[in-house]
Amino acid sequence: MLVINCPWCGPRDMEEFTYVGDGTLKRPEIGSEETDQKAWYEYTYIRDNPRGPHLEVWHHAAGCRQHVRVKRDTLTHEIHGCWPASGEMADTTEGETK
Amino acid sequence: MTRYSVFSVLKGGLTGQKNWTRAWRDPEPKKSYEAIIIGGGGHGLATAFYLAKNHGMTDIAVIEKGYLGSGNVGRNTTIVRSNYMLYDNAHFYEKSMELWEQLSHELNYNVMFSQRGILNLGHSDAQMDGMARRGNAMRLNGIDAELLTREEALKYVPMADRSENARFPIYGGLMQPRGGTARHDAVAWGFARAANNLGVDLLQHCEALDFVVEDNKIKGVVTSRGTIMADKIGLAVAGSTTTLTDKLGLKMPIETHLLQAMVSEPLKPWFDGVVTFGAGHFYLSQSDKGGLVFGGDLDGYNSYAQRGNLPMVNHVAQSGVALVPAIGRVRLLRHWAGVMDMSMDGSPIISKTPIEGLYLNAGWCYGGFKATPGSGWCFAETIANDAPDWRNQGMTLDRFERGHIIDEKGAGPIPGAH
Amino acid sequence: MSGPSKRLTEGGLIDRSKSLGFTFDGKRYSGFEGDTLASALLANGEVLMARSFKYHRPRGVMSAGPEEPNALIKLRTGARQEPNTRATMIELYDGLVAESQNRKPSLRWDYQAMNQLIGRFIPAGFYYKTFMGPFANTKLWMQFEKLIRKSAGMGEASWEADPDLYTHRSAHCEVLVIGGGPAGLAAARAAAEGGGRVILVEETPHLGGRLRKDSEVIDGLSGSDWAAAMETDLAGRDNVRILKRTTAFGYYDQNMVGCCERVADHLVEPAAHQPRQRMWNIRAGRVIIAAGAVEQPLVFGDNDRPNIMLAGAVRAYVNEYGVLPGERAIVFANNDDGYRTALDLAKAGGNVKAVVDPRDEGAGELADAVRALDIPVLNGHAISRARGGATGIQAAEIVPVSGSGMQHMDCDLIAMSGGWQPTVHLSSQTGSKPVWDDSLKCFVPGAPRQKEVSAGAAAGTLSLADCLSAGRKAGAEAAGVSAPSWSAPKPESAGLKSNPTAALWEAPGTKGKRFVDHQDDVTTSDVKLAHREGFISVEHLKRYTTLGMGTDQGKTSNLNGLAIMASLTGKTIPETGTTTFRPPYTPVSIGLLGGPEVGKHFAPLRRTAMDSWHDEQGCEWIDAGLWRRPRYYPKAGEGIFEAYVRETKETRGGVGVCDVTTLGKIDIQGPDAADFLNRVYTNGWKALAVGKARYGLMCREDGIVFDDGTTSRLAEDHFVMTTTTANAVKVMAWLEYYLQFVWPDLKVQVTSVTDQWAAVAVAGPKSRALLEKVVDIDLSNDAFPFMACGDVSAAGVKGRLFRISFSGEMAFELNVPADYGRHVWEAVMKAGEELGAVAYGTEALGNMRIEKGHVAGPELDGRTTADDLNLGKMMSTKKDFIGKRLAYREDLVGDHRHKFVGLMPVDGKSKLIQGAQITENANDPLPVKMIGNVTSTGYNSETEMPIALGLVEGGLAREGDIVHMQYPLRNVTVPVKVCHPIFIDREGARHHG
Repeated sequence: MLVINCPWCGPRDMEEFTYVGDGTLKRPEIGSEETDQKAWYEYTYIRDNPRGPHLEVWHHAAGCRQHVRVKRDTLTHEIHGCWPASGEMADTTEGETK
Repeated sequence: MTRYSVFSVLKGGLTGQKNWTRAWRDPEPKKSYEAIIIGGGGHGLATAFYLAKNHGMTDIAVIEKGYLGSGNVGRNTTIVRSNYMLYDNAHFYEKSMELWEQLSHELNYNVMFSQRGILNLGHSDAQMDGMARRGNAMRLNGIDAELLTREEALKYVPMADRSENARFPIYGGLMQPRGGTARHDAVAWGFARAANNLGVDLLQHCEALDFVVEDNKIKGVVTSRGTIMADKIGLAVAGSTTTLTDKLGLKMPIETHLLQAMVSEPLKPWFDGVVTFGAGHFYLSQSDKGGLVFGGDLDGYNSYAQRGNLPMVNHVAQSGVALVPAIGRVRLLRHWAGVMDMSMDGSPIISKTPIEGLYLNAGWCYGGFKATPGSGWCFAETIANDAPDWRNQGMTLDRFERGHIIDEKGAGPIPGAH
Repeated sequence: MSGPSKRLTEGGLIDRSKSLGFTFDGKRYSGFEGDTLASALLANGEVLMARSFKYHRPRGVMSAGPEEPNALIKLRTGARQEPNTRATMIELYDGLVAESQNRKPSLRWDYQAMNQLIGRFIPAGFYYKTFMGPFANTKLWMQFEKLIRKSAGMGEASWEADPDLYTHRSAHCEVLVIGGGPAGLAAARAAAEGGGRVILVEETPHLGGRLRKDSEVIDGLSGSDWAAAMETDLAGRDNVRILKRTTAFGYYDQNMVGCCERVADHLVEPAAHQPRQRMWNIRAGRVIIAAGAVEQPLVFGDNDRPNIMLAGAVRAYVNEYGVLPGERAIVFANNDDGYRTALDLAKAGGNVKAVVDPRDEGAGELADAVRALDIPVLNGHAISRARGGATGIQAAEIVPVSGSGMQHMDCDLIAMSGGWQPTVHLSSQTGSKPVWDDSLKCFVPGAPRQKEVSAGAAAGTLSLADCLSAGRKAGAEAAGVSAPSWSAPKPESAGLKSNPTAALWEAPGTKGKRFVDHQDDVTTSDVKLAHREGFISVEHLKRYTTLGMGTDQGKTSNLNGLAIMASLTGKTIPETGTTTFRPPYTPVSIGLLGGPEVGKHFAPLRRTAMDSWHDEQGCEWIDAGLWRRPRYYPKAGEGIFEAYVRETKETRGGVGVCDVTTLGKIDIQGPDAADFLNRVYTNGWKALAVGKARYGLMCREDGIVFDDGTTSRLAEDHFVMTTTTANAVKVMAWLEYYLQFVWPDLKVQVTSVTDQWAAVAVAGPKSRALLEKVVDIDLSNDAFPFMACGDVSAAGVKGRLFRISFSGEMAFELNVPADYGRHVWEAVMKAGEELGAVAYGTEALGNMRIEKGHVAGPELDGRTTADDLNLGKMMSTKKDFIGKRLAYREDLVGDHRHKFVGLMPVDGKSKLIQGAQITENANDPLPVKMIGNVTSTGYNSETEMPIALGLVEGGLAREGDIVHMQYPLRNVTVPVKVCHPIFIDREGARHHG
């Protein structure tokens, strides 16, 4: 059972969160007409799906309702860090939980 | 090879079981083959069998990083059904069902296919309407389906909660009488033995590490037992699909997730069918050995660990007790997890790829077991002819880009939601 | 067939002053407090307790603990019956009722034991090789399957609802100690000094572990007295919690250990409101696994006969339960520990005929002690076969390990020991692979994957002195105590010289059945057969022979099976591998895992603020997700059809009132709110004036329609969005995702306010007349036109009014704070009395939207595009929005798409059915192409005709064509005409009023 260190609430059980998905996705810029359909297809359908560390988004749905970026190992389930949904991901984050 | 029959079993009894030989050979890898299937699970072994049988391709090898059947074919909940609504799925799974119905005979191996029916329960009028839509589509596709009333459903699941205490009373259900269960390991072993008997080399503990590609054409595979050449290579490696396609620079519409399964202590016959709860994530059957086999939804997050977490076990048990209150007294014997390659629309990919000679069989979500013979059949067609069978022509890798979405649930491109 | 009492007159930890009555197979017995069912039966001379799985061999108890493979019985009766319960783990209570299982007609005379006669024909996996039938179908197999299923399985479970309660509880601690034996007690004691929270869980009712079963002396106290003193010390500490009768069954990620506390399993039934069991989810800083070890049986001929027991179990029966299981015993052990059994048996008055030890050099100092009692020690020997039957054994055949010659030795008890296998289950569940220790001849825990350590016998440490100091060390380290003031005592046995365990995976000889897995009846010949057929990987071996698949999950069989396979292949044991241990450590009731929220509490029931009013009217309810909503309000003699058609007509003809509280409501505020809506809706929002509402359509990124609803602009930077009832939660999370993750620069705040506002829809030509009596603003078309919105005071309550219409009539939706919902609703109904206002439910609500051709849930099925729904014009070409870029992929456009249409029966009267499919013709051969489906059905209240909405290939281009509604599940085919989906007021005059 995972413990996710919500940057806003502190360590909380995974039961309070819903999993959203890959946290590395970059949505193509709005309004850029030249963006080809391929970029939108890849954004919507293609995933890196790494075997190992994975940056992902969880939603603290039964908590503060904030989305949280979590770096978690998909092989061991170890969590290496938790960050707010946006902004820099400083390595000095307090998010380290094991 | 010993042909299996009641006579061979009797002979075994009289000769101290000395009459049996290896179920399959343990050959050394050759330098090259006409085709190589990567993945010695159910789908890979079935593909090899049908390549040899339907297409006369016997100079082929199946390579497997562990032991045969060590993937999801050996860790699923053994349900077989073809109760799909959408065209692409319906005819494919029905082909698979037809193959199941003759599989033991065909393989000379009893895979214990038991057509005890499968019932999806409905708990509201809207849900019953949705089931009717699917059931009507099944019937018009020539697939058996019956819409059961509440009384009929309760007769099939006599221990289900019929009291006032049920939060979501049973309204009825959609039944596929030809659905059922099979003995999962036997499916792998049966295909392995039959493929072996047709001359296929089954190479265990032979892990694919990389590929040999020239001019966008597949030429071979680098394995832990040396490089093996082939102009046709099929990937059937659930749980490792993207790990291998990454080596080829192919990007995949796949996420790998955990699905847990559970079995109870062995009981005398307690439930004869297969049932799914429509108001919670729970399905149930009983194995021939007596264990209640049940499971629920994905754990919900990307994972390659064949190890689930407790909340999902709790949810499944909670749903189980909500549907069948007597099950509370039964004890859970073991719970385990398999890793599922979840595709972006919940339907599989049996397809050519942008690399010539490389074929992909992937994205089975948690529906791979029932597809085993059909998947092998269609993948063999695709590999042998370099073109799909009509039943898998919609299941292409490029369908997402084209918008040809096969989304039974209508859940959208959220792999964990299917 | 009970024999004479085997209860010792003194000794043991039972309370002879408290006699407990119980029945087994209907026969009355008595035991003492402190007994288990197994010890009480043994004390009463009952050695036969069960029949085996396949051959129905008579079986007695093999162990005295959780590993028991044989003595599985049915405890209790009726709804509380518990099949497959281990007699060794059942605390005896007064009134206990137990029955043997898997036998017919009785335990003593089980006709299915005939399976032994045909045993040679039914080896491992025989069923894979036959019953394929001469024909390619499954019928023959399914006949055999019935027989196989009946003879397989073990106990019988009830169909009656489990009457007991289960609870869940979470706990946190710095140190969790699993196991209350010597190592666990020492670990807890040392860890307690750190001041952090320590939880000690112990599976049995008593702390002490092997200390209660062996005759050790510590600090001048007996082992059990010393454990009791430790318990007093620990229980007196505020930071220590002791959980007895609690099994740590599963080790999950990030040091979460699932435990089952058996609160009332030792009672006849739980007291009122008392849970039967309590699940503890313990999140620990560090975990110390001091779960001990499981003694392994030895493999020899007919090694499954009743009264062949593990040597440590024999000591448990003697020392803890005061039972002497045999008068004439032979100890057969490949390790020194087994000699203790000879000593304890002799001390209790038993006659130990010999110790048989396959090791040439035999044991160390313990052997001297045995010899000092004139007990013969046969070094270099093994038991090749036991002779006996259902009621016990009479003799053993003893042979030299190498060489020839055989001697018979009379006996009525064989105590066997194949060495001790550490309980590596919990550490293995973390993903850590157990490691083979060739000197100990067992697997020890692998490198930790979590913050855990195994200590004592669980780590392969066998001497008591070493267990105590290992426990102390582990406890101190886990708690960060550098030098605990408490030091581990030195037991009298400390320093005893011993010889290493030697492997004896299979005793010499070939006679008799040689069981490897007693429960599943897997013998050495099955392992050999698996080898012959190439099932040599350990997983193949398990799956092919069912070795280790029983309720004990191989606790007493995996090691022997693996070792025998290794010897067949010529590989080492580590090369052959080990199986993965899966949770739970021992079986756990599904009720416990499910917890208290079952039955009515399985999911919450959401009620609107007006719920009680609807109930008072006697409405029929319908579930809408977790909500319940009034479906219709029947008058005397009305069925659903009559009621909803009346409600429709009265609304269209006058005024109707509907509770629409369940629609999702999301408050959206901030300077970028309009920009945000512009991105999430397909249509434009920037030009929407304050005080206006607009219908909006949302797509997913893949261009498929997601949800719809009206959103109103309350102020320049303030909107309120409505969603469908079904998608309220999803849309909210979706908006949050985009705001927080995708577009964090947008200054927008979203808040779900579904529960905060009660919503009342008032529809019909007289809706204005009604509301004018309730609200305080001018409702004329000029002042409050179609799609207007604004603040109002309604029946004295401040709220919001929207002039929006789902029915197509002039209509309003009044939102007031939920607490005032019923008050305002009643005011509306009162004001409507003289206008003939009718309350209408979801059925009429749905019917009116069908008459108006609005799409809803059945049409938004996750596969339809806006174009499919004739809403293509809502896809703005002037801006980017979610879903725009993928909505026009090649397969999402074109003639093959199924598009939104209306449908009417050609005969004007045949009922149309939701869930039906549409085909071109009526009687094409199967499989037939489906060109569409019926999504929603209703009744045209003006033309008095059944109508439907559907999706049909070609869409409105086929208007006027006749196609066929097919409902083969009920054998219904109806010719239907494709028509426009708007059946009433197509030009939309009415809602403008």
